[in-house]
Amino acid sequence: MIQALAFYLFAAVTVASGVMVISSRNPVHSVLFLILAFFNAAALFVLLGAEFLAMILIVVYVGAVAVLFLFVVMMLDINFVELRQGFARYLPIGAAIGLVLLAEIFLAVGAWTVIPVTADSSITPIPPMNEVTNTHALGALIYTHYVYLFQTAGLILLVAMIGAIVLTLRSRSDVKRQSVDEQNARRPEDVVEVVKVGRGGGV
Amino acid sequence: MSAIDPYILSGVIIVAQILAIVVPLLVAVAYLTYAERKVIGAIQLRKGPNVVGPFGLLQPFADGIKLLAKETILPAGANKLIFILAPMLTFILSLIAWAVIPFDDGMVLADINVGVLYLFAISSLGVYGVIMAGWASNSKYAFLGALRSAAQMVSYEVSLGFVIISVLLCVGSLNLSDIVMAQKTVWFAIPLFPMFVVFFISVLAETNRAPFDLPEGESELVAGYFVEYSSMSFALFFLGEYANMILMSAITAVLFLGGWLPPIDIAPLNWIPGPIWFFLKIAFVLFFFLWVRATMPRYRYDQLMRLGWKVFLPLSLFWVVLTAGVLVTFGLVPA
Repeated sequence: MIQALAFYLFAAVTVASGVMVISSRNPVHSVLFLILAFFNAAALFVLLGAEFLAMILIVVYVGAVAVLFLFVVMMLDINFVELRQGFARYLPIGAAIGLVLLAEIFLAVGAWTVIPVTADSSITPIPPMNEVTNTHALGALIYTHYVYLFQTAGLILLVAMIGAIVLTLRSRSDVKRQSVDEQNARRPEDVVEVVKVGRGGGV
Repeated sequence: MSAIDPYILSGVIIVAQILAIVVPLLVAVAYLTYAERKVIGAIQLRKGPNVVGPFGLLQPFADGIKLLAKETILPAGANKLIFILAPMLTFILSLIAWAVIPFDDGMVLADINVGVLYLFAISSLGVYGVIMAGWASNSKYAFLGALRSAAQMVSYEVSLGFVIISVLLCVGSLNLSDIVMAQKTVWFAIPLFPMFVVFFISVLAETNRAPFDLPEGESELVAGYFVEYSSMSFALFFLGEYANMILMSAITAVLFLGGWLPPIDIAPLNWIPGPIWFFLKIAFVLFFFLWVRATMPRYRYDQLMRLGWKVFLPLSLFWVVLTAGVLVTFGLVPA
């Protein structure tokens, strides 16, 4: 009973905060509601017994991705009134795109067939959940059966990262940089000179 | 009625356990501020607080009452809800992490399988209290402090994660009690000594402590992200920061200093109960926090970032590969 109550609580908060993400006036509030939605999704994972996924969801999405979102949104200088002006004009286009997407999802899910082997193994996961922890089970699958897919995913992320760096990196010649090695290699006897200054004379 | 009874009973037990952790923790936070002032006083050849009560022992309570009695100020341009939410978030996050810390064999509130990940997740959330406070204050000093702090915490989390991975490789479990039990023969601080040092320095940066206390940077940012806070909302930040210090010391003790285990498992040492060993180790790490604060000058911001990304990240990544290689080569991989 408690489990069902917890499920409905978390699910309701997830949906409500999802709605608030798109309807709140202030973009910073939107990001904070997004974080709340992530949190409740993690709680739903915990209810399913997927503790590893729940923690990773929080570490990766809430701890890193959403921080960057918040960073960017806070730094933007947006005129919110101006942003709202075209709302009525763009509503039909937005609604049409949403409807098409919804129809596509229904068509895709309707035609979905799971191969029997997968369907069987999802009913009785191998190994059973009370013998091996989530982390072990996931590791044993990802690094054996799915190692090529896993590595490919890593490569795709690497490409995205390199792309972002290439797009934003520019070497500027007018900026003075500290070379730490050079700094550490300096010795007092090379750069400091003790001068005896005579009375009335300069250096 | 009888269907709900076991829930009520276990609920009461859990609340009692939570109180048994939180109340000593808050007392420890109060006396950590006292210890800090006394230790720094001793290092600087001063006496430190010595007026309120014998040896100044009641000073933390005097400070607390002073903060309680002050007025809570809401800046006019502030985003009210987030302004109030931010200190609460900081304080709550510093408390809930204690749920998975083992004080002795089996003496833990929630003995979950993914304890280390839980701690890592909670500590990565700490940045939200800071960003929200800085943004909601609607003040440029607070905002700059928050941006600095966010960049710093996100940067050092990466190397922190790799250090934790190299410990996990030696244990083969994410459960904190398992991590402590794996140190029965030797504490991880000895075979993984470089990672112990990296972890401690990263923790200093993660908790915004000297020499990495740029977010507060009183000489240029007044007091950083909590400059607009007063009274109890300020006190919650303060309590959260010190509770985080104790938490990070506890994590260091669990990961590297053998948690509740005595240094050597021989007669006079293993008579002392586990929680006392754990407390002594936390106090030992905390003393380092205070010692560093009293003796180190503040880092420059670009040096801070360089240390995190260009020194600690490659070093800890290399160490993960080295640890894995050694474990596989000598057949020491834990089952």
